[in-house]
Amino acid sequence: MNIQPTLPLAGVAPERTGSYRTDHLLVADMVQPGSRVLDVGCGDGELLELLESRGIDGRGIELSREGVNHCVARGLAVVQGDADTDLVNYPDDAFDYVILSQTLQATRQPRVVLENLLRIGHRAIVSFPNFGFWKMRLQLLIGGHMPRTENLPATWYDTSNIHFCTIKDFVQLCDEINVKMERAVALDLYGRPVPLNLPWWVWNMFGEQGVFLLSRGEKGK
Amino acid sequence: MSNVRPIQSPQAHTDDRAQEVDHPSSLVATFGMDQPLKLDCGIDLAPFQIAYQTYGELNADRSNAILICHALTGDQHVNNIHPVTGKPGWWDTMVGTGKPLDPDKYFIICSNVIGGCMGSTGPASINPATGKVWGLEFPVITIPDMVRAQAMLIDRLGITTLFCVVGGSMGGMQVLQWTAAYPERVFSALPIACATRHSAQNIAFHELGRQAVMADPDWRGGRYVDEDLHPHRGLAVARMAAHITYLSDAALHRKFGRRMQDRELPTFSFDADFQVESYLRYQGSSFVERFDANSYLYLTRAMDYFDIAADHNGVLAKAFNGIKTRFCVMSFTSDWLFPTSESRALVHALNASSARVSFAEIETDRGHDAFLLDVPEFFDIARAFLQAAGKARGLASEPASEPANGGTQS
Repeated sequence: MNIQPTLPLAGVAPERTGSYRTDHLLVADMVQPGSRVLDVGCGDGELLELLESRGIDGRGIELSREGVNHCVARGLAVVQGDADTDLVNYPDDAFDYVILSQTLQATRQPRVVLENLLRIGHRAIVSFPNFGFWKMRLQLLIGGHMPRTENLPATWYDTSNIHFCTIKDFVQLCDEINVKMERAVALDLYGRPVPLNLPWWVWNMFGEQGVFLLSRGEKGK
Repeated sequence: MSNVRPIQSPQAHTDDRAQEVDHPSSLVATFGMDQPLKLDCGIDLAPFQIAYQTYGELNADRSNAILICHALTGDQHVNNIHPVTGKPGWWDTMVGTGKPLDPDKYFIICSNVIGGCMGSTGPASINPATGKVWGLEFPVITIPDMVRAQAMLIDRLGITTLFCVVGGSMGGMQVLQWTAAYPERVFSALPIACATRHSAQNIAFHELGRQAVMADPDWRGGRYVDEDLHPHRGLAVARMAAHITYLSDAALHRKFGRRMQDRELPTFSFDADFQVESYLRYQGSSFVERFDANSYLYLTRAMDYFDIAADHNGVLAKAFNGIKTRFCVMSFTSDWLFPTSESRALVHALNASSARVSFAEIETDRGHDAFLLDVPEFFDIARAFLQAAGKARGLASEPASEPANGGTQS
């Protein structure tokens, strides 16, 4: 497994690097310049804008009307849609990469969504908050309540995140549906990559989020 | 029942309207017998003319031209005083200095559709073969016919590629037809509140309108002009019915509620007791002052026939295969005539064709007519889309600084 996050990102001016989220820079680094990208759940279009600034042909899907209108007003090609219901309308192999950034946990059918990502795109890039992060575990174990963190401040009753998973869970799902992991990075609470030479359980404990570059596994496996 | 007033016969602008049909106060491009318009029905229409208005200047590269396609009852008078009604242009909210479609930046063209009655050849025009008004002898035209005629006009103006084609409702249908028929000539497209085909419900409403016109005894089988008549009652009823479909329940309620018109109590008659009745009657009677009844039949028919997928073996995505045009599709939440689901179907097809497409649904309770009204979010998105497209097209973001003399390139 090739695990080499290079930050700050080549091609992005250093003074701008600070204004982008680390996970966005990491995702952008995983995308080959000149490729076609679909960002599913693109929010206000920050990642798409970063990608387009690197010469990538980007498209987006966003659920919220405000998000879409904000993106279109930024000159991005974004349509209003739902990852759970609208991915089926995209043809096979339409994109080089399909990105699902911090959205997997909010889908109704993460497995189906993941399968669709790798049907539409030759590769998928998925990032999600790691529910195995030590702070989460501690809150549940000691506090006895559903965890809330700086990046996931919603309470259990008003969160849109309905399918939390840990890095370990996600790796297992990828195995089950024959998805190949080309690159995996865990970021700590401060958005720094967790040192590379540590075993999986450390990642699962100290990674606040995981970012994965995926491709289709070999057939018949 | 003596207090029941029928819909007033239009007196004010009848002569002006008749004048505009063949001798418009707009620019006119005429096409002779050697340049027929090949219609979908198989007929070659020749000679014919197209009346059009332009705003702004074409730049040296001829790369800043925007074509506005007007809706069913619109015309080419987008941003100037209307020669018949004396009212401001129908898209003053969208077009003008500092507006999304800015004549300081773009060369804006709008032509009256073929089949219309404001100077382009249509059923109200004189048939040169007979010296009489065409009437129902005018061939049935389609949305592709309208677009074919516009393309001939654009050729005449020496423009190869339009920077943008924009329009709402029937205008949006023309935008889509432009991209399907001439994808390489359309750099960006802004179809608003429209659909790739007319639905059964839409056809039904149009049939209602046509039957109202044809039921008017003054229609005379379409030959009313010969007898110096105009089926204004039938046409007004058609307009009233159509106007309801352009508004939403919420908008009607907000505007009128159950309020009475200039009275406290019901009159126990069929006079316009309610404000909404009075409003509709006004809409009907002011419409007939500026519109030809037969033209209304032809244009509604053209919309009914529109179905892009049917022209491509039933697969909508095939219409846009490999298209390079940048799209921005917009719909309005309260539009039930061309609901968001229609725009969404279009967007799915464009996605399947790998087109560069944006799609925004604008929240408003003003119904289908929202595209003609002051809806800031709609303008913001249109403006941003055009700016991004302009950047990709290499248009200067600042207004083109033409020399004081010799600004025109011809």
